[in-house]
Amino acid sequence: MGQYLLRRGLQGIPTFFGVTVISFLLMIFAPGDPIALITFAPNRDPEAAEIMRRELGLDQPPLTQYIYWLLGNDWTQIDVDGDGEGDTFGERRGLLRGDLGDSIRQRAPVLDLIIERIPATLLLTFTALVLGYSLGIALGVIAAVYHKTWLDQLVRIISVIGNAVPAFWLGLLMIIVFSVTLDWLPMSGMRDIASRSDVFDPLETARHMVMPVFVLSLGTIAFVSRFTRTELLEVLSQDYIRTAHAKGLTKRVVWIRHATRNALLPVATFLGPGLGTLLSGAVIVEQVFTWPGMGRLVVTAVLNRDYPVVMGSVVIASAMFILGVLLSDILYALLDPRIRLE
Amino acid sequence: MSAARSAVKSQERSRTLLQDGVRHLLRDRLTVAALIILMIATFVCVFGPPVVENVLKIDETRTNASQRFFPPGTEGHLLGTDHLGRDQLIRLMYGGRVSLAIAYSASVMIVLIGIVLGLASGYYGKRVDDVITWAVNTLNSIPPLFILLIVAAIWQPRAETLILILALTGWTGTTRLVRAEVLSLKERDYVLAARALGATDLQLLIAHILPNLLSIVIVTGSIIAGNLILIESGLSFLGVGVQPPVPSWGNMLTDSRTYFATGVHLVVWPGLLIMVTVMCFYLVGDGLRDALDPHRVRLGTGRSKG
Repeated sequence: MGQYLLRRGLQGIPTFFGVTVISFLLMIFAPGDPIALITFAPNRDPEAAEIMRRELGLDQPPLTQYIYWLLGNDWTQIDVDGDGEGDTFGERRGLLRGDLGDSIRQRAPVLDLIIERIPATLLLTFTALVLGYSLGIALGVIAAVYHKTWLDQLVRIISVIGNAVPAFWLGLLMIIVFSVTLDWLPMSGMRDIASRSDVFDPLETARHMVMPVFVLSLGTIAFVSRFTRTELLEVLSQDYIRTAHAKGLTKRVVWIRHATRNALLPVATFLGPGLGTLLSGAVIVEQVFTWPGMGRLVVTAVLNRDYPVVMGSVVIASAMFILGVLLSDILYALLDPRIRLE
Repeated sequence: MSAARSAVKSQERSRTLLQDGVRHLLRDRLTVAALIILMIATFVCVFGPPVVENVLKIDETRTNASQRFFPPGTEGHLLGTDHLGRDQLIRLMYGGRVSLAIAYSASVMIVLIGIVLGLASGYYGKRVDDVITWAVNTLNSIPPLFILLIVAAIWQPRAETLILILALTGWTGTTRLVRAEVLSLKERDYVLAARALGATDLQLLIAHILPNLLSIVIVTGSIIAGNLILIESGLSFLGVGVQPPVPSWGNMLTDSRTYFATGVHLVVWPGLLIMVTVMCFYLVGDGLRDALDPHRVRLGTGRSKG
C-alpha cells in the first residue's frame, strides 16, 4: 500500500511541472508589454522603464525568467542599472517556495489574493460534489432497480437534459423565477447586502448557496446517475449475484451488500476528475451569481491582463485538481484491494 | 425470409457491421429523431438565411432603434427583435451557422488529432507513448475552462481561430480513448497473424487497427460536438467567445441577459436551441454506441474494458 501511494504521488510531479511550463508559455507568448500594463506610459521615461524591466527580470531570456518564477531570484544578483554587473539580490522566492509574485492591478501578493478566494470556491464545489454524487447515485440505483420501466426512462431524460443545459442559462432562468418573480432566494453573493455583522451566518450563506450549488451539481448528477446505472446493471448480470439469490438472501441484502457496493467502486474513481469539471463549472457559476471565489478572480484577472494572478490561479487550481485526483485514487485503493496488491 | 438466411446473406457482404448498425439504428426511434432534428437544424442554418432575407425583406445586421424588443409574432419579425432592433429569427440562423460550424469542424479536428496521437502512442509505445501520455496528463490536470478562457481572452480569436483553439486544447480525451483501444487491439490474434504474414506497420495500422477504432471514435465525436457548443456558449458568457456583431447562440444568449426584463423571448430561444442541439448530439452519440457495438447482442451494456 505504501509503495502504491509513493508511486502514485510521484506521478504527480512531472504533471505539475508540465502545468507550470504551460502556464508560463501562455504568458510569454501573450501580446502586450508587462511594463506598459504596470506604468500605463512606458515611453514617458524610457530609462526608468528599462530599470523596472531589469528589476522584474523581463530582460532575461525566457528560460531564466521561468527559473526565476519557479525558484525565485534571491540567490542571484540582479543588474539593475544595466552596466553588466550585479547590483542587488532579487526579492522573489519563487513558486516552489510559495511566492507567486505580485498582482499588477491590485498591488498585493498573488498567493494572498488566491488564498482569500479559495474557501468560497471550495465551499461551492464540495457541496456540489456531495449533492451531485448522492443524488446521482440515488437516481442511478433507481434507474437500475426499475430497469426498462418509465422510471428508468425518466432518469435518462433527466441526465440528458442535465448534461445539455448551458449552466449560465439555467442560472439566469432560476434568477428570473426564484429571485426576481417569486423573491424566494437571493440572486447574488454569499451574504445579504444589508447584513453588516462580520459573523459568518451559516443559514444566511446556505440560502445564497441553493441556486449556485444546484446549477453546478447538475452535470455531476447527470453523469453519476448514468454511470451508476450502467455499472449496477453490469454487476447484476454477474454470477455471484445469482449465487447470492440462489442461497436465499433477501432481495434487499443482495442489492445493498453485493450489488451496490461493487457497482459504486468505479463510480468513486471519478471523484477526482469530477472535481476538475466542477472547478471549470465554478468559473461560470461564480460569474452568474457573483460568488466571490477563484473563478471570478481568474475571469477578472484575465480581462485585466493581470498575468501574475492568471498564472498563479492556473497553477493553484491545477494543483488542487491533481491533489483531488490523487486523493480519489487513494480512496479507490483503500476500497478495492485488487488495486493496491497489483 | 428466415433469420438464419438473412444472417448468411449479410455475411457475404463486406461491410456487415455498418449495414447491421444502420438496421439497428433505424429501429431506435429516439436516435433517429435526434438525427433528423440535427439535420434539419443544420439545413435551416446553412440554407435558411438567404430565403428568409428575401421573403421577409430583412437584413441581418440592420439595427433599428424604433423596432427594439418586438415580441415574437410581430409583422415581419416572426420571433421578434432584439435590443438593437435586429430580427431575432435571422440572427438565430446565422448564430446557428457559427455554433454548428464550430461544433462540426472542431470535433472533426479533435477526432483526427486523437486518432493520430492515440495510434502513435498506443502502437509504438516507449518514448512516443511517454511523451504523449505526459502531454495528455498535463493538459488534463488544468481545469479545461481555465486554459480556454486564458487563450481566448489573450488572443481574442475570430470564430475560425476559436475552432483551432478548441481543437488544440480538446484532444486529450479522444487520444486517451484511442490509445487504450489500440493497446488491446494490437495484441489480438488477427493482428499478430497479419504481422506474421509480413504486413508493415503502416498496413497494420490502416488496414487492421483503424477500422476497428472507427465506431468508438464516431461516438465520441458526436458527444464532443455537443460539448463544444456548450463550451462556446460558456466562453461567450465570459466575454471571450465569438465576438459580436458576429452572432453565435452563445453570445446572443449572453447579450440577452441584460434585457431579460424587457424581452424574455431573447433569453428563451438561443438557450433552448443550444439545449436541444446539444441533447441531440448526445442522443445520437448514445444511439450510435449501441448501433455500432458488435457486442451488443450479448450484453446490453456492451464493450469490454481495457
